[in-house]
Amino acid sequence: MHGIDLGGLAVVFLAAVLTNNILFSQFMGMCSFIAISRSMKTAVGMGLAVTFVTFCTTVLNYWIHEAILVADAPLCKTDLTYLTFLVFIMTIAGFVQLVEMVLERFSPMLHFNLGIYLPLITVNCAVLGVNLFVIQGERQMGLAKTGAYALGSGLGWLMAICLMAGIRQRLEHADIPRPLRGLGITVIITGLMAMAFMGFTDMVKL
Amino acid sequence: MMMEYASAIAVLCGVGGILTVALLIANRFLCNYGPCEVRVNDKDPFTVEGGGKLLDALYDQKIFIPSACGGQGTCGFCKVCVTAGGGPTLPTELAFLNDQERAVQTRLACQVKVKEDMVIHVKEEFLDVKEFLTTVRSSRLITGDTREIVLSLAAGEMIDFRPGQYVQVFVPGQKETTFRAYSLASPPSRKDEIELLIRLIPGGLGSTYLHTVAEGDEVHFTGPYGEFELDEDEGTELICVGGGCGMAPMRSLVRHLAEANPNKVCRLFFGARTAEDAMYLDDFQALAKEYPNLKLVYALSEPEHSQGWDGETGFIHESVNRHLGLEGKRQAFLCGPPLMIEATQRVLQDKGIPKEDAFYDEF
Repeated sequence: MHGIDLGGLAVVFLAAVLTNNILFSQFMGMCSFIAISRSMKTAVGMGLAVTFVTFCTTVLNYWIHEAILVADAPLCKTDLTYLTFLVFIMTIAGFVQLVEMVLERFSPMLHFNLGIYLPLITVNCAVLGVNLFVIQGERQMGLAKTGAYALGSGLGWLMAICLMAGIRQRLEHADIPRPLRGLGITVIITGLMAMAFMGFTDMVKL
Repeated sequence: MMMEYASAIAVLCGVGGILTVALLIANRFLCNYGPCEVRVNDKDPFTVEGGGKLLDALYDQKIFIPSACGGQGTCGFCKVCVTAGGGPTLPTELAFLNDQERAVQTRLACQVKVKEDMVIHVKEEFLDVKEFLTTVRSSRLITGDTREIVLSLAAGEMIDFRPGQYVQVFVPGQKETTFRAYSLASPPSRKDEIELLIRLIPGGLGSTYLHTVAEGDEVHFTGPYGEFELDEDEGTELICVGGGCGMAPMRSLVRHLAEANPNKVCRLFFGARTAEDAMYLDDFQALAKEYPNLKLVYALSEPEHSQGWDGETGFIHESVNRHLGLEGKRQAFLCGPPLMIEATQRVLQDKGIPKEDAFYDEF
């Protein structure tokens, strides 16, 4: 491939945000999504943190996988693919630590509001999920498309959590039956939104 | 074969190592706040390395503001006024601040991190709080789990305090020194030594430490703290209600009155579970012979385990209800578990003693 196929990148990006939305289509990253979607400000903060971690770690891990871990890789001839999980988790944990340090320095309020959910980004399955999707055989897309996919997935998650935060803020004043308040209605709404996102199926093909 | 093992180990160590180095570099630049100047009460500012808690910075400068919980953010004692450089008020602090305090920028020193130059104000009396290095003179068990510990101050040092006040004892730990608050049990006339009553709480840092110190050991504390002001007027009755380990400040109050103000009536109500927990009963009965204005009422909540108990039974607030009249000028001091304090406050209000006249310690 010579030069960067911008059209191809755009397709991958849109697919990651809409048709293959990491949360509404593939149901990953639910726990922080449900926990942090109460207020818009924290939702945006969390979404940006997840996007940053997802993008950086996916690109870095894709490179590590291609250049070191696979058999006959340029930097290491042995087949080390069994180390994939270990190495990926280490990178993700390292980047989350970095995000924590940056937030504590520049935005202590957001750091406090995110609380325990900030270090929990390490085990957010959306992040690891994206990392692992891009190395699956059929989907090998090259570094540029991987970056576009990762950025799209992160922003798709950000969009999902912001949508949910907006809805939940409106729900504060709604009359919800007691058994469904809190978690119940949130999960139902997630399902409804997932159904809505099904409308994007086949809009673009990843 | 060896190559495979070697390369696996090399890759893992390499990735781990590079990440660690990168994080250390980031830490050096991001978490490094540099030296910050803190000015307290318009005195000369002192410089402290940024990044730490304001409470620790003040303690390093020998400004010992009270902190019953040792910096955990659970007691709300360490209030200071931050007029410049504190950053936003954290939700952990808001629980302890009312609107008036927030209007004057009151913050909890244990939650404020020093990240830039700051200007703060603390109550003047906190600047007088001193640090004392003492030696254990004696430590004896007076009930199954409570020790009476007498600490001798260093030669020539004296402590000035009001009855009902408390001190903060430094508790050495593996990771860091922390501190716990204990009421003074000795009367203020004894200035060269103090008495503390420590009940052993399973897993409690302070009580475990103090139950292991022996004669001759060194114990470090700061004080005195506490806002209780005993009304010395002879016409005002003092009503002390205590339970469990709440005996200490009442010992101080009763013995002080016996020495300095024996014409004042003092009613001591103490609630315990069994007769073994009824500490100092004989002591106080002997004192009552010389100080006839001392009225004692001890009540046991589990009398079935104690033979020969002919005193009152039930909860102590019920005894208070039985013995108190509705008339007269009175001041109350409560010390004990939160449930006891709540129940007793209700009884006192029924008897005409408003909340402002009923003081209690919140630890």
